[in-house]
Amino acid sequence: MNLVAATTSVPGAWYLAVAAVLFTIGAVGLLSRRNVLVMFMCVELMLNAVNLTFVTFARMLDDIGGQVLVFFTLVVAAAEVVVGLAIIVSIFRGRVEGATADSANILKG
Amino acid sequence: MLELVWLIPALPLLGFLILVFGGKRIGEPNAGRLGAAMVGASFLVTVGVFFDLLSRHGEQRSFTRVLFTWLPSGGLKVNAAILADPLSITMALFVTGIGTLIHIYAIGYMHGDERFARFFVYMNLFVFSMLALILGDSFLTMFLGWEGVGACSYLLISFWFERDSAASAGKKAFVVNRVGDFGLMMAMFLIFSKAGSLTYANVFEFAKAGSFTRTAATAACLLLFVGAIGKSAQLPLYVWLPDAMEGPTPVSALIHAATMVTAGVYLMVRIHPLFLVASPNALHVVAWVGALTALFAATIACAQDDIKRVLAYSTMSQLGYMFLAVGVGANTAAIFHMVTHAFFKALMFLGAGSVIHGMHDEQNIKKMGNLRKWMPITFITYLVGWLAIAGIPPFAGFWSKDDILLAAYRDNKVLWLMALFTAILTAYYMSRQFFLVFFGKERFLHDAQTVAAIGPNDAHVRDHPHESPPTMWLPLVALAGLALVGGAINLPFNAKTEFLGKWLESVDLGGRPILAGGALKYGLAAVTVVLGLVGVAIAYNFWLRTNDARAQAALEPALLQRAYGVDGLYSAVIETPGRLLSAWLAFVFDRKIIDGAVNGLGLVVRFAGGKLRKLQTGYVRNYALGIAGGMVLLLAYALARAGIQ
Repeated sequence: MNLVAATTSVPGAWYLAVAAVLFTIGAVGLLSRRNVLVMFMCVELMLNAVNLTFVTFARMLDDIGGQVLVFFTLVVAAAEVVVGLAIIVSIFRGRVEGATADSANILKG
Repeated sequence: MLELVWLIPALPLLGFLILVFGGKRIGEPNAGRLGAAMVGASFLVTVGVFFDLLSRHGEQRSFTRVLFTWLPSGGLKVNAAILADPLSITMALFVTGIGTLIHIYAIGYMHGDERFARFFVYMNLFVFSMLALILGDSFLTMFLGWEGVGACSYLLISFWFERDSAASAGKKAFVVNRVGDFGLMMAMFLIFSKAGSLTYANVFEFAKAGSFTRTAATAACLLLFVGAIGKSAQLPLYVWLPDAMEGPTPVSALIHAATMVTAGVYLMVRIHPLFLVASPNALHVVAWVGALTALFAATIACAQDDIKRVLAYSTMSQLGYMFLAVGVGANTAAIFHMVTHAFFKALMFLGAGSVIHGMHDEQNIKKMGNLRKWMPITFITYLVGWLAIAGIPPFAGFWSKDDILLAAYRDNKVLWLMALFTAILTAYYMSRQFFLVFFGKERFLHDAQTVAAIGPNDAHVRDHPHESPPTMWLPLVALAGLALVGGAINLPFNAKTEFLGKWLESVDLGGRPILAGGALKYGLAAVTVVLGLVGVAIAYNFWLRTNDARAQAALEPALLQRAYGVDGLYSAVIETPGRLLSAWLAFVFDRKIIDGAVNGLGLVVRFAGGKLRKLQTGYVRNYALGIAGGMVLLLAYALARAGIQ
C-alpha cells in the first residue's frame, strides 16, 4: 500500500518529461552519429522512451491497454535486434575499418 | 407445294455448306455437278410453287411462310420469313433457271481451274443470297441477301486474285457498293422510325393508311434508290461494273448481267406503294437517272474493244431502260424487260465466254473475225442474242423494249427520244461487235511471212479457235431458245396475251399504262424496229462492207474509248485526295501528333524521374531525417488542429 501511495505521489508528467528527454536524446543521436551500432542503440532508446510513455498513460488513465502495447513493442524490438544486428555485422564484415552507416550507400539513385 | 417454298433458298444453301466443307474432296467435276444440281432442284421447287400460285386468285396469291423469329429486339421484330407472291416467284424463276444453266456452263468453263470447287461454293452462296433478297418478306431479310450477293460479287470478281487487276476490281466493286448500301441503310432506319416495322406488309399498310408524311416517303424512296443505283450500276455509281468483268465469264453472266444487278430494279418495283405516297418527283428522278444511264452507257459501248466490256456497258444501258420503265410507272414492263434481258444478256455473256475460251483467252474483238466458221453453235446462239437486244421482232428484247418505249412516250417525250436514240445505239454497238467477232477477216491468223518467221508449230499458229464442249454450248442453246420466244410471256396484242401483266396483277404494281390506240402502238413499234435496223445498217456499212479504217477511227473517239474519263475524274476527285489524306494521316498526323504525344509523355516522365532520383541519396541518415521531419510536420499539424478545436 505504502509503495503505491509513494509512487502515486510522483506526478505522471515527470515520467512523461523523462520519456521526452530520452526520446530526444535517441532521435538526435540517430541523426547525428555515423556509427551503426550507436545509431542502433539510439533506436532502442527511442523505443523505450515510448514504452515509458505507454506505461505512464496506462497508469494515469487507468487503462491496461497501454501496458499490453508495451509487450508488443518489446517483441518487435527483439525481432528488430535479431535482424538489425545481422545487418550491422554484415556491414562491418564488408569494410576494412571505420565502417559507418554512410558506407552502405550503393542504393543511391 | 406452297409449304415447301422454304426449299427454294435452302437447297443452294445446302449445296454451299456441302461444298464449303467437302468441296476439295469431291473435286472436279462432281463439285460443279453438285452445285448445279442444287440450283436445278431449287428451280424445280420454284416451278412447283409457281404453278401452285397460278391456281390461286387475288389475295390468295401472296403467301408468307414464317420460318422463325430472327430478331426479337424490343420494338423491332423481324421474322425469317419467305414471301411468295407473283413478283418474287417471277424473279426466283429466272434466277434459279438461268442460274442452273450457268452452273452447267461453268462446269465446262472452269475446267482445269485449281480452285474449281471453291468457284461453286461462291456460286451456290450467291444463288442463296439472291433468293434471300428476292423472297424475304421484309427490308431486313432483303438487306441480308443484298449484302450477301455483294460479298459473293466481290469474291467472284477477284476470283483470280493473283491478277492485280482482278483483285482491285473486286475491291472497287465492294467500295462503290458501300456508298449505295449506306443509302439503303438510312432508308431502313427512316422507315423503321416512322412505321415501326420493316416488314413489307406492315410498311405498305402504313403507307396506304396515309401515315407517312409526303417528305418521309419521298426521302425513303430516294434513299432506297441510292441503294439501287449502287447495286444496279446506274449513274453515278456505275464505275464498278465494267471492271467487274475481271471475274470469270459465268460470273459476269449470272451476277453482273442477269440477276444481281437487277436487284435494284426489283427493289424499286417492290416499294411501289411507297412511291404512291411520295412526291411524283421521286419517280421522275428514277426515270431520268435511268434514261441518262441508258444513253450514257450505250455511247461508251460503241467504242469498246473488249468483248466483255461492250456487254458490261450494254448491261448498264439496259438496266437504265428498266429504271426508266419504273420511273414512268410501267413496273410490269420493267419486270418484263428484266426477264427478257436476263435471257439474252446471259446468252451473250456465255457466248462471249465461249468465244474467249475458243480463242484461248483473247478478249479483243479487233483481233477476232469470221468466227462463224470455227464456232458454228456459238455463232448461231449469239445471233439470236444479237437480234434480241437489237430489238428485232419476234425476238424477246423487242417486246419488252417496245413496252418501255411506249410507256416513256406516254409519259414524257424527251425521255422517249433519249430511249429511242439509245435503241439505235444499242443496235449499232451490238452489230459492230457481232460483225467484228463473227464476220470479216480472220485477224487472228498470221500471214505467210509471220508463220514462216515464228515456225508452223508455234502455239499461236497451231491453235485454231475451236467450238466449246457440250456443257458449254448446251446452256447456250437453251438460252437462245428463251431469247427467241421469251417475249411470248407478255404479248401486247390484247389483255389476254399479256400473261405477265395478268400474273403480276395481284401484286400492287400500279396499273399497266393505258395503251395507246392500235395505230399509235403499231406505229411506234414500227419506228423502233426501223431505227434498230438503221443501227444495224450503220454498223454493217462501216465495220463490214467498207471497212475503212479512218471512218472506223472517227466512230471511236478517244473520249468514248476512255469512257468519258469518269474513272480518271473519280480518281482525281476522290481517290487522289483520299490517298493524300491517308498519307498525311499516316506520315504526318500519326508520326508527329499521335507518336509525338506518346513520346512526349515518355520524355516528361523520364525527365521528372531523372530529377527525382536525386532524393534517393543512399544515406540512411537522410532517410531518418526525412522520417523525423515528416513526423514533426504531422505532429505540428495535429497540434494545430487540436488548437483550432
